[in-house]
Amino acid sequence: MSKVGHSERWKPKRSLSRWSERAIKFIFGAFALISIATTLGIILSLVFETIEFFQEVPIGRFLTDTEWTPLFANPKYGIFVLISATFLTSVIALLVAIPVGLMTAIYLSEHASQQTRRYLKPALEVLAGVPTVVYGYFALLFVTPILQIVIPGLEVFNALSAGLIMGIAILPTVASLSEDAIYAVPQSLRQGAYALGATKQETIQNVVLPAALSGIVASVILAIARAVGETMIVTIAAGQNPRLTLDPRLSVQTMTAFIVQVSLGDAPTASLEYKTIFAVGMTLFLITLILNMVSFWFVNRFREKYD
Amino acid sequence: MTPLNLKPDEQVDSYFDSNLAKRYWFDRVFVSTAFICTLVGLVILALLLFDVCKDGLPRLSIDFLTHYPSRRAGQAGILSPLVGTIWLLVITALVAIPIGVGAGIFLEEFAASSLLAKVIEVNIGNLAAVPSIIYGLLALHVFVRLMNPITGGRSVLSGGLTLALLVLPIIIVATREALRAVPEGIRQAGYAIGTTRWQVVRDQVLPIAFPGILTGTILALSRAIGETAPLITIGALTFIAFLPPLVPLTEGLRSPFTALPIQIYNWVSRPQEAFQIAAAAGIIVLMAVLITMNATAVYLRNWLQRTRN
Repeated sequence: MSKVGHSERWKPKRSLSRWSERAIKFIFGAFALISIATTLGIILSLVFETIEFFQEVPIGRFLTDTEWTPLFANPKYGIFVLISATFLTSVIALLVAIPVGLMTAIYLSEHASQQTRRYLKPALEVLAGVPTVVYGYFALLFVTPILQIVIPGLEVFNALSAGLIMGIAILPTVASLSEDAIYAVPQSLRQGAYALGATKQETIQNVVLPAALSGIVASVILAIARAVGETMIVTIAAGQNPRLTLDPRLSVQTMTAFIVQVSLGDAPTASLEYKTIFAVGMTLFLITLILNMVSFWFVNRFREKYD
Repeated sequence: MTPLNLKPDEQVDSYFDSNLAKRYWFDRVFVSTAFICTLVGLVILALLLFDVCKDGLPRLSIDFLTHYPSRRAGQAGILSPLVGTIWLLVITALVAIPIGVGAGIFLEEFAASSLLAKVIEVNIGNLAAVPSIIYGLLALHVFVRLMNPITGGRSVLSGGLTLALLVLPIIIVATREALRAVPEGIRQAGYAIGTTRWQVVRDQVLPIAFPGILTGTILALSRAIGETAPLITIGALTFIAFLPPLVPLTEGLRSPFTALPIQIYNWVSRPQEAFQIAAAAGIIVLMAVLITMNATAVYLRNWLQRTRN
């Protein structure tokens, strides 16, 4: 009577688990590819419709016209009219979001106690979670009437109010990403500065901020991209009046607001209006792409590594 | 750590300003400025909530929740937008969660540090900066135009798919972070007793990472239901006086839709004050849904941290 060895008694069905392993890996791999497919899909659909657009409207007129009247009988397609409005509202927003966001980040990571942080950070998250349509409501019906008392000649729809509130909307982006960067600066650098006799403010300005620079710049560039692509606040509060101006008191139409205006009009597919929003979308996408590349280059070039 | 109060003498570099009183004063001004800047966001948030509640609370009632939008502001309700938002939420969740979590598992557990994982990581970083209205244009081209026979064009299904694409990167990143936080020893122990990678992930790693994934997913979904621009781009309607039918489901999925943010936008953009008050009431409902979702996510995160320690 020979003893039965372990290997003979325990024979799990490996083939089944090997098969399911392969199937799972394949399915989940396909899921992961969807994010690449999204990017490709965005590029392809924008390029496809934009090429059709430029077959009807010469690219020279698109870049040089000083009027934007695609819905008129005698249409003009000067994209810089829309770009000027996007530029104007974004600059106003960034003038609010960058200094205030950066100082918030400094306060949270360098000055606030653990207790304070525990209340402030969720509050900032709520601020980040407010839908932009709500900010639009606030800009149009609360901020604009107040500003009209102070600033004579301010139109009901104006770039100033939209820009200011957009600044508040993107403030949490700057604050939370900059804070991560500042928080990651090793404590020893600060100790070194204190040992040399620097005050806290001098330490922050001369040691901590330069060390966190790449992260801060990345957060600022993301904020610029958010401001350029922001839609509802500018649509609601800055109006639908395409004109080439940098006067913040006036009503203007940004690139995003134009896309909304045409979409609401239910433009039939394959019409010129339909293609126009893709050409505008392409411009918007190229701007954010360039910003991304600048950010990527800057972070790789200037990242400080502390191990 | 008080800096030494040295007497100035010729040895000290003239560029070094040792006027401590002035420097400490400047230090205090700096801290105060930073503190005031921190308050700016919070004060605006408080003002916003106050303003919306002041305008909208008196308008809020059961009738407001159970009536369809109307051309008469006094009778307008948010039944169809609210139901539309729930449809979108369910479709987005059903599409985005399996795909996002699956992709996150693949990138973290099966393909970590592979070239594919790196390419996708850069790609997701890029997608984060793409404006949501561009997703709307993609969806207009792909879901509404090319896939028209399946989605039914400007339908609630197209809307849900659009929002799913939009939040997919957020769910993938949250899943990866939650999986990365699971100690490597657990995986090694699994392999040591002869289980496959998938068995380890399914039976050991996922249960531990689950609360983290759940928190990230809820935050992503709350971002989705506040989105307005991509839904306008694919042609969500602003006046809908019927609900998508649940039976048959295929018809419900392919029916036109509206959603809370769309309805709010429509009311805000009307000149009559009565509609703007209705918008404020709609905002209260939307914010109540969002804050409930966010609070659940924060609670889960805190609960998780407490049980871990």
